[in-house]
Amino acid sequence: MDKIVIERLSLQYADGTESLRGVSLGIRENAITVLFGPAGGGKSTLLRCLNRLNDLAEVRSTSGHILMDGENILDPKTDVVALRRKVGMVFARPVVLPMSIRQNLCYGLELAGEKRRYKLNEAVERSLKLAALWDEVKERLDEPAVALSGGQQQRLCLARSLALQPEIILLDEPTSGLDPISTGKVEAALQELKKEYTIVLVPHSVQQAGRTADYAGFFLQGELVEYGDGKSIFTNPRDKRTEDYVTGRFG
Amino acid sequence: MEKSLNWREYIITRLVKASGYSAIVFVVLIFFFLLREGVPALAEVPLSALFSVRWYPIEGNYFGILPLLTGSLIVTMGAALIAVPFGIGTAVYISEIAPRWMREILKPLVELLGGFPSVVLGFLGILILAPFLRRFLDLSTGLTALTGSLLLGAIAVPTVVSVAEDALDSVPRAYREGAWALGATQWQTIWRVTLPAAASGVLTAIMLGIGRAIGETMTVMMVTGNAPVLALSPGSFFSPVRTMTATIAAEMGEVANGSVHYHVLFFIGLLLFIISLVVNIVASSVLFRAHKRSERILS
Amino acid sequence: MKSILPLNRYLIQRLGFGLITFMAVLTVVPIIVTVIYVLARGAPAISWEFLSGFPLEGMTAGGILPAIIGTFYLTIGTAIFSVPLGIGAAIYLSEYAADNRWTRLIRISIINLAGIPSVVYGLFGLGLFVLFLRFGTSILAASLTLSIMTLPVIISTSEEALRAVPPSFRTVSISLGATRWQTIRRVVLKEAVPGILTGVILGLERAAGETAPILFTGAAFFLPRLPVSPFDATMALPYHLFVISTQVPNMPIQIQYGTALVLLTFVLTMNIIATIIRSRARARREW
Repeated sequence: MDKIVIERLSLQYADGTESLRGVSLGIRENAITVLFGPAGGGKSTLLRCLNRLNDLAEVRSTSGHILMDGENILDPKTDVVALRRKVGMVFARPVVLPMSIRQNLCYGLELAGEKRRYKLNEAVERSLKLAALWDEVKERLDEPAVALSGGQQQRLCLARSLALQPEIILLDEPTSGLDPISTGKVEAALQELKKEYTIVLVPHSVQQAGRTADYAGFFLQGELVEYGDGKSIFTNPRDKRTEDYVTGRFG
Repeated sequence: MEKSLNWREYIITRLVKASGYSAIVFVVLIFFFLLREGVPALAEVPLSALFSVRWYPIEGNYFGILPLLTGSLIVTMGAALIAVPFGIGTAVYISEIAPRWMREILKPLVELLGGFPSVVLGFLGILILAPFLRRFLDLSTGLTALTGSLLLGAIAVPTVVSVAEDALDSVPRAYREGAWALGATQWQTIWRVTLPAAASGVLTAIMLGIGRAIGETMTVMMVTGNAPVLALSPGSFFSPVRTMTATIAAEMGEVANGSVHYHVLFFIGLLLFIISLVVNIVASSVLFRAHKRSERILS
Repeated sequence: MKSILPLNRYLIQRLGFGLITFMAVLTVVPIIVTVIYVLARGAPAISWEFLSGFPLEGMTAGGILPAIIGTFYLTIGTAIFSVPLGIGAAIYLSEYAADNRWTRLIRISIINLAGIPSVVYGLFGLGLFVLFLRFGTSILAASLTLSIMTLPVIISTSEEALRAVPPSFRTVSISLGATRWQTIRRVVLKEAVPGILTGVILGLERAAGETAPILFTGAAFFLPRLPVSPFDATMALPYHLFVISTQVPNMPIQIQYGTALVLLTFVLTMNIIATIIRSRARARREW
């Protein structure tokens, strides 16, 4: 079952760079879909289209559709605020808001109008457990979030998105600044999360892609070159370009 | 709930936008009012009389503004002669030579000077500086252009120091390190590398300082003697003069609404407005163009 | 390693550094000396009667209460108009404005407002507020005039404070479902408050010390009573100092220094508070 269907998506920035050219693919529900490829391939741009974050950038033109549960989210009439609650995002550098851990987690919910203390506390505990961070911070929820280590901050960012109970989680090179142990914790958390959520991940290395992907798409200069099953695309790629990248001949 | 949120957002966005544009509104408004009350002077006083050398508006209906122009000019130039070397020198000291801890003391101290009300400096000028200069230079009066220049220089220095120091500070470390690597002494580096690199910022600092000096009112009114005499020779430095700003401040209280004198004073105000407009636009475009140039070079 | 460079170079450096240091000292020492001098000569005049009494015998005796209260009112009046407008404009420039011709025009206007001589603001205030709008010589007219004069300072320091907040905060906030204004209010503005406060205090400090803009718009030579409505004229410290040092014969020097001291204290205290806020905020910054 495809949670998201992307049809012939093209995007051009105001400075002329063509970031996406006619990309079409489907994102399966309750699975980890990995978008991998060399820099400049359009992967981050595609992610940012999925939660309409590209509205903030200088985009000249967009064409195509992105259907989420059947509705085109690129339609101007879409409620982007609701969309962003449904689609959570974790960025490459952990960006914690200058507040306490608890306030970071409650931020999205308070914006949505949730005022009930017990509901907020419930969400804090639930999301921290899902992000495998609860045990480490449960004693210091009211301390500033910046006091956490890099790996903890990134898991906090993951928890922060989870607090809104999204259906889809987007991760853009979430472990690029982290040590291997923290990276392992995040990847393990994703494996648990995919049972309930749809996950789209841009990995920071081919190895990470290989470890985590249920499905994977190879992007080269704005085009989707190949899409397939997570296991076979790395061991038995159909396109020569994919093979060259996966084996390290370029990238 | 969403609906009311959208309404609030819309209203606030509109208010914020209006605040932004208010700056343009005010400039236009000021220009308009100066024009409205100042242009009639051109009709009431023939140009040749307006630009003549006698300013005796009350006694004799003489509205020659040249002495006022030269008064402003000579005091401003004198102020620049003081503010520029001392301002840039202090900026260089703070930015390049002083140890870190001293920098943290000096910067707030110079800013403190910037906060001095001009009337306090004028007051001290009358009581201390003017008598001192009179005795020291053996003049008939201590209220001279020189006195005004000294105090104006002091007023302009903080402006020059802060802008110049910012400019020097933003010169990339790489420039200095490159010069040191080639064997230059710190002094040579400052003069041949750092200062030229910060040239546009330093130039802006000077222009803003001069702008500050031109526009000063109270201090000059209190210490320059207020004699509307044509000030053309260097000797004029040591005698009383009168600036455009002091004229307006001193005489506006005594004019009848709508009289010729009233219009001429507004006309002088209009001139001051235009002069400051020109100085500031030139200063900021210099800075702007330099930014573009340095962006190209460094990219 | 024996230096193979001519001794000349280092001699020049020593001389040059000496000259520059001398200049810096000559700039900075007089500041300290002046403050101490005014303190020394003005302190004897300071007493409770001086601070709370009215001027007597043609200003040559008594106190300066109406001037102190007047400056206080004018500062508050200026704040009421210039702070919301200035911060609003700063928010517009930092968070909303696109980089186009209109925005450049706004910036040029701000630069110009900053450069206009204070006495020209006085003329403008006279023409618009006192005469055209018929507010008369009043606290209202003077405050409005001072506000427009203070606007550029508040706008530029506030904008700088807003821009200093990392863009990533905004991106994250939006990605969590916030609208632009919610992001500004909950994250950006909160973090920019110390910088904005510093700018506001510095701007108001300047307004408090200015004489020329209030000369024809609100300042009164002498009032037997404290002002009660915004339409009253008022005495003010800077104007009072000007008057007693130039217009009043046989003015005791001590009272002059006392008045100068009060004004200087008022202004410099604001300066020091602003500096403290700025450095404490810098130290406590979580980014």
